[in-house]
Amino acid sequence: MTNPTLAVGAVEHHLRERRDAGRGLFMPYVTGCVTPNWTDYLRAFADAGADAIEIGLPFSDPTLDGVTIQQASDTALARGASTRRILADLSGLPDLGVPLVASTYYNLVLHDGPEAFCAALRRAGVDGLIVPDLPVHEADELADMAAATGVDLALLASPATPEPRLAEIADRSRGFVYAVSLMGTTGEQTALAASAAQLTRRIRRVTDRPVLLGFGISTPDQAREARRHADGVVVGAAVMRRVLDGAGPDDVRAFLATLRRALDQECDAPR
Amino acid sequence: MQDVMMGEPQARGRFGEYGGRYAPESLVEACRQVEETFREAWADPGFRAELARLLALHAGRPTPLTPALRLSEELGVRLYLKREDLAHTGSHKINNVLGQALLATRMGRRRLIAETGAGQHGVATATAAALLGLEATVFMGERDIERQALNVVRMRLLGAEVVPVTTGSRTLKDATSEAMRHWVSATADSHYCVGSVIGPDPYPWMVREFQRVIGDEAREQYSGVPDHVVACVGGGSNAAGTFAGFADTPARLVGVEAEGGAGAARGRPGVLHGCRSLFLQDDDGQIVEAHSIAAGLDYPGVGPEHAHLRDLGRARYVTVTDDEAARAVVQLARTEGIVPALESAHALAWVIRAARDGELPAGSTVLMTLSGRGDKDVSTLKELL
Ligand SMILES: Cc1ncc(COP(=O)(O)O)c(C=O)c1O
Repeated sequence: MTNPTLAVGAVEHHLRERRDAGRGLFMPYVTGCVTPNWTDYLRAFADAGADAIEIGLPFSDPTLDGVTIQQASDTALARGASTRRILADLSGLPDLGVPLVASTYYNLVLHDGPEAFCAALRRAGVDGLIVPDLPVHEADELADMAAATGVDLALLASPATPEPRLAEIADRSRGFVYAVSLMGTTGEQTALAASAAQLTRRIRRVTDRPVLLGFGISTPDQAREARRHADGVVVGAAVMRRVLDGAGPDDVRAFLATLRRALDQECDAPR
Repeated sequence: MQDVMMGEPQARGRFGEYGGRYAPESLVEACRQVEETFREAWADPGFRAELARLLALHAGRPTPLTPALRLSEELGVRLYLKREDLAHTGSHKINNVLGQALLATRMGRRRLIAETGAGQHGVATATAAALLGLEATVFMGERDIERQALNVVRMRLLGAEVVPVTTGSRTLKDATSEAMRHWVSATADSHYCVGSVIGPDPYPWMVREFQRVIGDEAREQYSGVPDHVVACVGGGSNAAGTFAGFADTPARLVGVEAEGGAGAARGRPGVLHGCRSLFLQDDDGQIVEAHSIAAGLDYPGVGPEHAHLRDLGRARYVTVTDDEAARAVVQLARTEGIVPALESAHALAWVIRAARDGELPAGSTVLMTLSGRGDKDVSTLKELL
């Protein structure tokens, strides 16, 4: 077995360190270019205690996203969003002290080619990547290039993933394993799906890589419950609905602070 | 290696560099089950016999190969029409759907999910569901619901639920995205019945195999080999099924796309709806919306096997305009007494143009698949009278 800490990049290094210090990991999401001053949200995320920040590079046909992130993507594209423009905005930012993770659909990676795409991410200070329509058996060409460039390509695991495949995903994922909490698209849910606990347990059996639960997590209670099973949470639609409804960086910071507190309380709770 | 032209795809569902299974992880296991079940079923004489029985007794196969005598005389070529308009429900879509509906029951699925543009695939899905006692949910763009209203009524009569899709161009591309999103939450009890040779592996291959009955019948019905074999291409299922019967002959294969939806003729490599293929894209890699008078061709991409056939030079892909297609409808109606679907009229419009331009030399033989009938298009066509 290879040492999992070898050949991992900045995202995994950072997340492991914080996880090992007992902290519940928190990765909020924003769609790039969704508002004119969208990078202000990144500062708000960092201030609210994010451990990593996911930045969506919007695609015209987001087949794994529910209505909220579809709308956010459309809004951003109508404002002239593109990979180039979002990365240019990021290049101009001071260091937030929190690793940035891009997420997008594979067509946008192929458009520039995996090598140029990963190199552009690195130049913009992005150290991680999520591609929800790129399953592990199709990931070779991107995974190799990402590893060579120093980008952590995080793979997704689903409640439908069978056992041997789950081990392969956990082994080949970098940064963290993205545990998809339910059989569905992104979007707010009223409760954490029962499948979330089971999937997380199964992933933990095959890896010690950080495991983040995502899809549907929208409230402090859900974050607290998710933290009982996983190393942390990804929160996307719940942020973007607020942004689409006009919430500014301060409002979003206040919302995220409630999730941060919930994660911290769960950490302090006796197990 | 794929050494047989239009045989089984290469490893991992590849047709050359195209194809594959670029599905979200939540759908990968479902795709694998579909592939496994299809492989078993396709090698099972019992399944083949049951499908043949349904195709004959319910769908009315074989469909005739009709010599278009008066039109041939006008054009100076010898044109034969493979009459998928005479298949039950009015298009070739029923061939694929009966196959997939039988697979769904074999997998113990109780519901079919489908996307539809022209409504023909939706009607076929609703029909097969009724026939086999399954439920059907059909996703259809709002714009197509308006322009193909007849088929919406038919689907509802047959007991299907029609879900309007209001995102993006509100046409086939968005209906397909929505069907995929829905499938993610319904894999346990539902089968996604993809309507063309697109989608993640095994769909492009499986749908072509279910449609090859068109080409196999035509090959038998036509004595010898025609100079040209022509079909319209949306995703490319009637064309793939037709070409499959002639891939190993010297016949020239021509796929005809809508000018505003020419994935094969003008697309660039990319990934959408589960496969790597050719798609219309802008300079940033965003998918461009297609525009066609024919709802079934209003799609910005093409099936991966067509992309491969194009690269190999085995098939050629050409385009015709909305106007040319509409005029072809009228010309066929008045020479042969057949009102074709606007989709099928694209194939005919190319034959008419190529005969006039001399690209089809006088006396050459052309076998064209007439993929469907035009009843659904009356509201569009009445503007032309
Ligand atoms: C009559 C008819 N022909 C052709 C098509 C295009 O599909 P394909 O290219 O898969 O044959 C459609 C699709 O709706 C159709 O209804």
